[in-house]
Amino acid sequence: MKMYRSHIMVCKGTGCNSSSSELIAQNFEKELKENGLENEVIVERTGCFGLCALGPVVIVYPEAAFYSQIKPEDVHEIVTEHLLKGRVVKRLLYHESIDGDRLKPLDEVPFYQKQVRIALRNCGVINPENIDEYIAFDGYKALTKALTEMNSEQVIDTIKRSGLRGRGGAGFPTGNKWEFAAKVKDDQKYVCCNADEGDPGAFMDRSVLEGDPHAVLEAMAIAGFAIGASQGYIYVRAEYPIAVKRLTIAIGQARQYGLLGKNILGTGFDFDIELRLGAGAFVCGEETALMRSIEGKRGMPTPRPPFPAVKGLFAKPTILNNVETLANVCQIILKGAEWFSSMGTEKSKGTKVFALGGKINNTGLVEVPMGTTMREIIYDIGGGIPNGRPYKAAQTGGPSGGCIPASEIDVPIDYDNLIALGSMMGSGGLIVMDDTTCMVDISRFFLDFTVDESCGKCTPCREGTKRMLEILERICEGKGEEGDIEKLESLARSIKDTALCGLGQTAPNPILSTLKYFRDEYEAHIRDKKCPAGVCQALLEYKISDEKCKGCGICAKNCPASAISGKPKETYLIDQAKCIKCGVCMSKCPFKAIAKE
Amino acid sequence: MKTIQELEEIRKRTFETIKVRREHSGTRIVVAMGTCGIKAGARDVMVSIMETVAEDNLTDVVIAQTGCTGNCDMEPIVEVYRPGQDKVTYVKMTPEKVAKIVKEHLAKGKVVSEYTMNS
Ligand SMILES: Cc1cc2nc3c(=O)[nH]c(=O)nc-3n(C[C@H](O)[C@H](O)[C@H](O)COP(=O)(O)O)c2cc1C
Ligand code: SF4
Ligand code: SF4
Ligand code: SF4
Ligand code: FES
Repeated sequence: MKMYRSHIMVCKGTGCNSSSSELIAQNFEKELKENGLENEVIVERTGCFGLCALGPVVIVYPEAAFYSQIKPEDVHEIVTEHLLKGRVVKRLLYHESIDGDRLKPLDEVPFYQKQVRIALRNCGVINPENIDEYIAFDGYKALTKALTEMNSEQVIDTIKRSGLRGRGGAGFPTGNKWEFAAKVKDDQKYVCCNADEGDPGAFMDRSVLEGDPHAVLEAMAIAGFAIGASQGYIYVRAEYPIAVKRLTIAIGQARQYGLLGKNILGTGFDFDIELRLGAGAFVCGEETALMRSIEGKRGMPTPRPPFPAVKGLFAKPTILNNVETLANVCQIILKGAEWFSSMGTEKSKGTKVFALGGKINNTGLVEVPMGTTMREIIYDIGGGIPNGRPYKAAQTGGPSGGCIPASEIDVPIDYDNLIALGSMMGSGGLIVMDDTTCMVDISRFFLDFTVDESCGKCTPCREGTKRMLEILERICEGKGEEGDIEKLESLARSIKDTALCGLGQTAPNPILSTLKYFRDEYEAHIRDKKCPAGVCQALLEYKISDEKCKGCGICAKNCPASAISGKPKETYLIDQAKCIKCGVCMSKCPFKAIAKE
Repeated sequence: MKTIQELEEIRKRTFETIKVRREHSGTRIVVAMGTCGIKAGARDVMVSIMETVAEDNLTDVVIAQTGCTGNCDMEPIVEVYRPGQDKVTYVKMTPEKVAKIVKEHLAKGKVVSEYTMNS
């Protein structure tokens, strides 16, 4: 490999890729050549840096200059100024990465400062399509260590003592899962990786697969060694084409180096991995459904027991782990259980990746130690809420989770605290809401998702969630009735208790959680026919202000429902019974005299 | 199939080529690349630093560049930062002079005082 004095890392994560980062990379290559720099400076395409809101993102080393929102036409200036003349182009730097005249090191940039990157350690740092770069940053060292210096009990013991818990939702201790499967005797066992990632808002698994695919392969091989499996499957959704491509390349390179396949590193251990593409049904992320889908059957959940550790894929002992869970494994083997368990809270060790979305300035991916508070995530890392609006709640755990209200913003986030608050960790989607979000509407949104994704196998989930959704829709339309809240609560209880799989069992959570903290909003919808956040269209009234209306009549001319009347030069009036809440009048009034409330 | 030793070799070799992406604590050699520097031959100096560092298999060295340092009559200018040592500024550099700096200062830590600012 050649030595280059400067490395241009162009983010080709899904976010940046969709905003022309490939063209940016190509422009760099072209400009470097035109300036005779192609032997000094190299362009690398990486996975997500985390700050997707600022994409396309480019980092230039050795200065670690963080360029954000780069356009293809900006490339010329970066090459001729920064790379040719050594003058960083201040205009294009992420504003929080400069401190007067000084370029801040990346770990001093507020977005990265409180983060600890274990699962995301290589994302944005290596070229994920080059196995040598992964190896350079200690890749396949953990596998070597496990195969040559440890036996399977020691590997399992290390994972157990580290306290690593599943990052796919339920938080089950990973070492215990491996131990169960290791203890079952059978001639064939399997390791599966759950890369289905169905939670709305979550994209950490995709980012790991795109940015550091070998980390998952290496961890699966270690898991195979630990439980005595020789075959692994990665179940990845077909909607993740970049992830699929990079996994395919990574598997090919690992086989070529003999890091997958027969007699790995000459140790006598055999392990290979195949990809299985999922069609993107949410329920296929559930472990039993996922295994049925890999077997080529319809992805529907089956009752447990028998547990997969005993009778899983093809009726053989199987472990299934989430992508992010696996992305922690190699570092734990390399650095030890104590290193990992020194981070986090008493019962939740290590770090967790969150996908920040909703009303937040820095949407993107962040990895923080367990026990970080919502306030730190939103304000210190996420840069706060746009336009300085107040924090109302954060939704975690996707359709299986609930909301963290403002009163609980300082609770350290870990598995148990989130459950105690009536939410859950889930896969780590984190949707921030300000005072313009209607909590009834949010639960309607998640329930709508569940109803769509229910596989229909069991009645409570198939019928019960539909009933709940009907009630919520009615409430949002201003047709809520006394007793609706009680009906929702009793339906929720019975669905939770009787649904077959996790999808149905957790479906009522968003409703129960919003009822717990924002019951008054439900009551306002039902009793007063008002939406306090001003979201539910049917409950809003368009009103014309006495002071501002000039009586021009433009609104009346444009109203499709002929709901507005008045005399020229006098205040016009909206007939609420006729108004269909289309909002046309408000957008047409030249004097901003119409408001909705 | 790679052996464990071969893997180790790939690791070392590749790490040397991509370590600029990690926090760096070793030696930094910085070439001033303002318009005046480039005019005085800073690019040839830069290229020869890269070549000599590669030829001599020097590890733990990062080559960087900076803008004009304000001493235009002394260009090309090269600065060397080594941990535990004050910054050393070399002036009126040529590819030949700079090769000596790489071999003496970067490799062995010995300042080549006849090329420094004050001599
Ligand atoms: C309806 C449903 C959907 C799920 N979707 C996912 C998913 O997309 N990704 C995932 O890793 N786990 C998902 N899970 C959790 C998995 O069933 C399983 O617990 C997890 O993959 C185990 O890995 P872990 O122990 O490493 O977390 C889902 C569970 C349910 C009930
Ligand atoms: S709970 Fe819902 S998704 Fe799960 S098996 Fe029953 S119907 Fe299917
Ligand atoms: S358009 Fe505005 S100003 Fe004109 S009559 Fe309607 S409300 Fe009044
Ligand atoms: S919201 Fe639409 S229907 Fe209602 S008054 Fe305005 S223009 Fe007419
Ligand atoms: S996709 Fe580029 S920073 Fe996330």
